[in-house]
Amino acid sequence: MDANFYLWLIPLVPLLGAAINGLTGKQRSERGVAAIAATSVAISLALSLRAFFLYSGTPVVESHMPWIYAGNFHVDFNYYFDPLAAVMTLVVTGVGLLIHIYAAGYMSGDAGFYRFFAYLNLFLFFMLTLVLAGNYLLLLVGWEGVGLCSYLLIGYYFRKPEAADAGKKAFLVTRLGDLGIVAAVLLIFKTFDSLNFTEVLPAAAQFAPEHGAWGPLTIIGLLFLLGATGKSAQVPLYIWLPDAMAGPTPVSALIHAATMVTAGVYLMARSSAIYLNAPDALTMVAVIGAVTALYAATIAVVQTDIKKVLAYSTISQIGYMVMACGVAAFSAAVFHLMTHAFFKALLFLGAGSVIHGMGGEQDINKMGGLRKFMPWTSITFLIACLAIAALPPFAGFFSKDQILWEAYSSEHGGLAFWIIGVTTAAFTSFYMFRLYFLTFHGQPRFEATAARAQGAHGNGHGGHAPHESPATMTIPLMILAVLSVAGGWIGIPALLGGGDQWNHFMAPVFTQAADVNHAAAHHKASTEYLLMAISVLISLSGISLAWWFYGRQRSRDEAAADTPGALRTLVANKYYVDEAYQFLFVRPLVTFSRDILWRAVDQWVIDGAVNGAATATRGLGSVARKLQSGNIRSYAGWVIIGALLLIGYMVGYSG
Amino acid sequence: MVPLSYYLVLSAILFSLGVAGFIFKRNLVTLFMSVELMLNAVNLSFVALSYYFRQLDGQIFVFFVMVVAAAEAAVGLAIIISVFRNRQTLNVDEISLLKL
Amino acid sequence: MYEILFFVFAAAAVGFAINLLVQRHPIYGAISLIGVMASLASLYLMLGAEFIAAVQVIVYAGAIMVLFVFVIMLLNAGVEERTNRSRMAKQLGAPLVVLLLGLLTSLVYRNFPPDAAVRFGDFPGQTADIGRRLYIYYMLPFEVVSILILVAIVGAVVLAKKET
Repeated sequence: MDANFYLWLIPLVPLLGAAINGLTGKQRSERGVAAIAATSVAISLALSLRAFFLYSGTPVVESHMPWIYAGNFHVDFNYYFDPLAAVMTLVVTGVGLLIHIYAAGYMSGDAGFYRFFAYLNLFLFFMLTLVLAGNYLLLLVGWEGVGLCSYLLIGYYFRKPEAADAGKKAFLVTRLGDLGIVAAVLLIFKTFDSLNFTEVLPAAAQFAPEHGAWGPLTIIGLLFLLGATGKSAQVPLYIWLPDAMAGPTPVSALIHAATMVTAGVYLMARSSAIYLNAPDALTMVAVIGAVTALYAATIAVVQTDIKKVLAYSTISQIGYMVMACGVAAFSAAVFHLMTHAFFKALLFLGAGSVIHGMGGEQDINKMGGLRKFMPWTSITFLIACLAIAALPPFAGFFSKDQILWEAYSSEHGGLAFWIIGVTTAAFTSFYMFRLYFLTFHGQPRFEATAARAQGAHGNGHGGHAPHESPATMTIPLMILAVLSVAGGWIGIPALLGGGDQWNHFMAPVFTQAADVNHAAAHHKASTEYLLMAISVLISLSGISLAWWFYGRQRSRDEAAADTPGALRTLVANKYYVDEAYQFLFVRPLVTFSRDILWRAVDQWVIDGAVNGAATATRGLGSVARKLQSGNIRSYAGWVIIGALLLIGYMVGYSG
Repeated sequence: MVPLSYYLVLSAILFSLGVAGFIFKRNLVTLFMSVELMLNAVNLSFVALSYYFRQLDGQIFVFFVMVVAAAEAAVGLAIIISVFRNRQTLNVDEISLLKL
Repeated sequence: MYEILFFVFAAAAVGFAINLLVQRHPIYGAISLIGVMASLASLYLMLGAEFIAAVQVIVYAGAIMVLFVFVIMLLNAGVEERTNRSRMAKQLGAPLVVLLLGLLTSLVYRNFPPDAAVRFGDFPGQTADIGRRLYIYYMLPFEVVSILILVAIVGAVVLAKKET
């Protein structure tokens, strides 16, 4: 230990902020609450930067106090700092700070202002605990904590039933995945007799690769994947994220774009040593990621709610990261995680700014021409769209290109993954620019004049002409826009004359993964150029397609109302898969089912059995009902009978 | 020279008397006192065994049992008071609906 | 001498406990329970647990029972009526209790042979040792119990205060 990193302070400061705001925020002014919240995050950011600059190449472990000691089960409160944790911490605190500043403007005038900021800071505490944890159990604490805060923040407008329901849905669905994480942690302890990263990961690296076997590492990997599908909204547990858009927009930006939903990717990257010796789990991860990326991207094409488009886009982009993990390109996955955090947060904040300016309107069919009203928002939004569409030199290009390249060249990857990735990229650029053109270009399609006559110029929640948001909101947009442009430059591949600093920086974390991917280096440089060119062309074609349908002068009015004919029908009908099924399988099945299965088997055999079971249950219930007499003394009698049975067992068997 | 088993049997007798009180008495407060009697009986066996094994931990456990009993008595009696306010009776047979 | 003392206190404890069962008025029950506790405190002294004996008298007989007496007087609850709503308790109660006693006794006699004797006074229950052990090894339970008590206080106040 050469220097004190004060890692424990990084999560603790936001917790203090949350405590101060939560307990005494009611009496404070909005300005005071926002100042406390933002200051605590700023201190965290400063500490993270300090740790980052102090970091000298060896992972730092800070152990602070024993937590659980039972038998040989030892867990401390220990924090772990390495390049991966550094990147995550900086992204969380940096983006978090910007979003805090933004939220101060966005949420002003809201009754629960202090409550909102208390939740937001609490979320940061848990998220930082998650990324700085030095063992799996502490990581789990953060993991569950962010789920809780996600629930609180999605259901922030708890008076709206859909928001409350969305909160519950998010909580329960992710909880399903968390079950996998808990099981995996138990299994890790059983396998490695420890939960500390410093002991588990090197030990896991020593295992023999489990090809086609159900060894502990494979099971752990699959359980982690289950957890990640919940928390990171992958197929099949992605369903909560679109609903989660019922929360305030800053929440969508912070939790459901930049930080919490990437926790699953972080977990996999952190456990890379486990995955590399479990190739089957790795393949499963890649498949899940690829399927999610493509699936969500196609859904995003037909969404009309500005936030829903971004939600599906997030699912799709995280699918990319998961796919990258699955082809053992962990450092590319984390790279994309970082750049995605920048531009997706920017997109969400831009969308929030639009909603704010439109007085709560979220339907893109009712927007249009907002360029003139909201210049800053429009420009930054365009930058973010270019970044997510992966055009050079924007951030998204470098990270996405690295993922695509590794998907093609890694020994865990293959051409199929690359094709899916590129297809997704086409869809991505198409739906993003569809969103951009519909929102900011063309003729305004909203009723502004009537409301303007009344002069209803409230706090952005009445009907009036769209207006640019206050500086607290636009400045974070600009900062994020700069990051969205320049954020990828630290990872310019050697091929394009860059230093590939990113991979050098991250290499120590994924020592094994690096070996895997160096094996891929024998691919020709020309191949890499070709793939890069293809992906750029694909993105450009997506953009031009979007422009063709939505950006041109002609047909703007019809286009606004509807997506293009052929493409729309295809996607909206989910590729006619249902119809094909209908013709091939369903109709013959129906005949067979109705006449044979239903009339004979079901009604006679199965219904008989089921009804018999019900009757039996009812009979049993009428007996058991007598137990619930409501009389305490009878209950006491039953308790004694139970005790007697136990004691009788002891007398009979213990000798 | 009292055998250890005497102490334990005494504890068992007191415990059974407590159980009997819980089953046969009808006054809520008396029921509560029966519970305290059971706790005391268990404490006796704790102390006796702690003495027998020459380990202080048994006595510390008694200490904790007492503290928890105190907390339980405070809350329980408060519940009894509110039940009496709502029902004007302390007879458990009258308070047979599990809600107030 | 020691045996005589043991039997005196044991008999007192059992007698008081039976009295608790027999008495119809809760205040008499409370007094008999105090008697049980006092007898037990004497037994604790014989087992060399001076600290526990003192705590038994101070906390149990003192504080907790005073609370009971307070509540009995506050509610002014009279003699209990003889209702028999619980068929279970009426028909099965006595056999169950007897069976319980029998099983417990058999368990004791099976596990602790009668030659395991307890003598007076060769195990000083050092209060200082208890304190040391309590604050070193049982620190966390101690703190948890403190919080429990705090919660109980708040709960009792909330439950018992008059609804406005």
